[in-house]
Amino acid sequence: MSFIRQVFSVTNMNLRSILKRSGSSLVIIIGIAGSVAVMVSLLAMAEGLSSTISNTGQDDRVIILRDGSGSELSSGVAMTEVDTVSSSPGIKSLDGEPMIAGELFAIIDLTKKGADSTSNLPFRGVQQMSFEIRPELTIIEGRNFTSGTAEIIVGKGANNQYEGLDIGDQIKVRDSFATVVGIFSSNGDVHESEIWSDLAAAQGIFRRGAIASSMIIRLESKDTFDEVGLYVESYPNLELKVQTETNFYDNQSSGADLIKIFGQVVGYIMAIGAVFAALNTMYSAVSTRLVEIGTLRALGFKGTTVLAALMIEALILAMAGGLLGAAIAYILFNGYTVSTLAGGSFSQTAFAFAVTGEVIQQGLTLALFVGFIGGIFPAWNAARRDITEALRSI
Amino acid sequence: MKYWMIVKSGINRKKIRTFMTVFSIATAFLLFSLGRSVAVAFNSEVDFAGNDRLIVVSRLAFTESLPMAHKNRIEAVEGVSTVVWRQWFGGTYKERQNFFPKWPVPDNYFDVYPEWELSEGAQEAFSRNITGMIVGKDLADQFGWEIGDRIPIIADIWPKKGGGVWEFDLVGTYTNSISEEQGEAFINWKYFDEARLYETGRPGNYIVKIENPDQAESIAKEIDELFKNSLDETKTSTEEAFSRMFAEQIGNIGLIINSVLAASFFTILLLTGNTMSQAVRERTPELGALKAVGFTDRHIMLFVLAESFFLCIAGALIGVLIAYLLFPLFSGLAIGFSGEIEFSISILISAILVAFITAVISGVLPAYSAMRLNVVDALRKN
Repeated sequence: MSFIRQVFSVTNMNLRSILKRSGSSLVIIIGIAGSVAVMVSLLAMAEGLSSTISNTGQDDRVIILRDGSGSELSSGVAMTEVDTVSSSPGIKSLDGEPMIAGELFAIIDLTKKGADSTSNLPFRGVQQMSFEIRPELTIIEGRNFTSGTAEIIVGKGANNQYEGLDIGDQIKVRDSFATVVGIFSSNGDVHESEIWSDLAAAQGIFRRGAIASSMIIRLESKDTFDEVGLYVESYPNLELKVQTETNFYDNQSSGADLIKIFGQVVGYIMAIGAVFAALNTMYSAVSTRLVEIGTLRALGFKGTTVLAALMIEALILAMAGGLLGAAIAYILFNGYTVSTLAGGSFSQTAFAFAVTGEVIQQGLTLALFVGFIGGIFPAWNAARRDITEALRSI
Repeated sequence: MKYWMIVKSGINRKKIRTFMTVFSIATAFLLFSLGRSVAVAFNSEVDFAGNDRLIVVSRLAFTESLPMAHKNRIEAVEGVSTVVWRQWFGGTYKERQNFFPKWPVPDNYFDVYPEWELSEGAQEAFSRNITGMIVGKDLADQFGWEIGDRIPIIADIWPKKGGGVWEFDLVGTYTNSISEEQGEAFINWKYFDEARLYETGRPGNYIVKIENPDQAESIAKEIDELFKNSLDETKTSTEEAFSRMFAEQIGNIGLIINSVLAASFFTILLLTGNTMSQAVRERTPELGALKAVGFTDRHIMLFVLAESFFLCIAGALIGVLIAYLLFPLFSGLAIGFSGEIEFSISILISAILVAFITAVISGVLPAYSAMRLNVVDALRKN
């Protein structure tokens, strides 16, 4: 007990003197705040991108691409193949119809708000069943497109990031125009960055004839996945690859993984820099307080008490820096929406930075790590200092 | 250099602190190098694309094909010397990680790229062999391909009539005399066009060589005007602008990563500046003593500045060296995310430049206050 009390009183004394040493304490706080802010921002970017992509996938949905294709853009399936697969067991049915749809994925060149040149926006031609397969998609403004017309609906991410995609706007496709009639939301997933139209209209625009890019299926339950897989395999002339949507979208988020690794690498490098700065500061903080430390020891405080008190001081400063850094990242970036080229699809995905609890936790762990390393050596050094030598430095 | 002793004693005064200062500067420059390389990667293709070549793509999207009939009409435009075409092939060589661009192209495609040097007999073999393929030297080295090898490519965008794997015969390699880019593969258009399941007769985009680069803009406009309001409208830009379009699309992210790196760089420099002025403050009596024995104000200022220079340059060199050593690891991570990342000498040069500026900025205040020291006050501090 008395050890804890001693540590507490020495820590208290140290902390009260922090104000007097505000310059050097600030160095530790700023150094750590900087590292944490950087790491948290980059991780929040990765988190936002990867959750946008992986939110899209569900275990009880299946996506079928041409065997050998890694993305919808490079895949082609004939509508006759969609018909063949539609008789597979394991597919949920709705009013007697199997829940399967052929979808065309293409890209279209439009101008991003505030940009000079154009960017690639995903354009998806869908069948009516596509909406039943994806109940999370809801029209939030306007109405859905009418089949057989050149009407389009626009995801809210695309609506927000691109010029000329408000209701009533027209976009030029080849020698005609398509009219925006609705805006949809879709649980914050990748579809919100897309433009949707009727499949037949899209096949006309992109000259695909009776070809789609992928098939999407809702399963009776996620356990019937194998039934579809086996059914497709039983037709040797179907060169198709069956995978769960979850699996497919997880593979698409490799860009996010890279940003995440990059964020961690940069965060750790910065942390090393901050460790050096903290060490410098703590060493000089300790050396200017050698007399105090010597006095405490002469009064009977143990070396371990001094060590513990100095460590607590370093960790408190580190925590303050960590919280400051996380707060900076949160204020600057949380919810900030950007869009970028998503790997594989050559098209833009909009996503929002997500400063989640987990990301903040990683940042604070980094802060404490820097505080620990930055504090332990100087504190150790001070604690085993010879009392007479320390006092002599007056 | 005769005062080196004095500067050195300043540096050696507290070895631990010097060591730690140098290494915190080194980490700043490690971040700087990584940031520079990311910036370079985002602009990589832009640097060496020709400005006497235009790329004509479909206005709808660059992935859409164009009719072959466009060729003659583009050729007829005044100032156009050669028109060739290509199509993005996609496809996979064995594993998806083995990604490289593959383009079906006509025989005379290489005429438009005079900076590429084809291996002996490659052009002739490519024209003769309908399944011929010419690849960049780097690519051949990477996969250990020899001329005469049969290269299988698994189809994705372009299935073969009747299905199955595409196979091409390696007939030659090319090297690029003006840049390191030699990692693409070219396959014979005739075979591709006849054997593919759909869209026969439609190229992807046209590459247009023009006589005078100054006319690029007006020729581009004229080409687009030709096809206006047709089913296949075009968008024509210089090769450079076309590459830049991709860099801009990654846009925001590149910008954010770079500004975050810049922020971290400056945080660390701020800390370093603080350490340096602390080091000078602690030494006030010693500097006073130097003045007392006759060193001038300018000498004192130079001593402090020299120390700052030493720390910054040493830190910068160590940081760049570490970045250089870590580089293979880092660029491995970045493949697929952006273009190929290469460690260029320009990073070293800009790092040294920045180190100089940093040294001045972080050294000038302590140096100035050291210069202004009053001998008596300084000595009294003892």
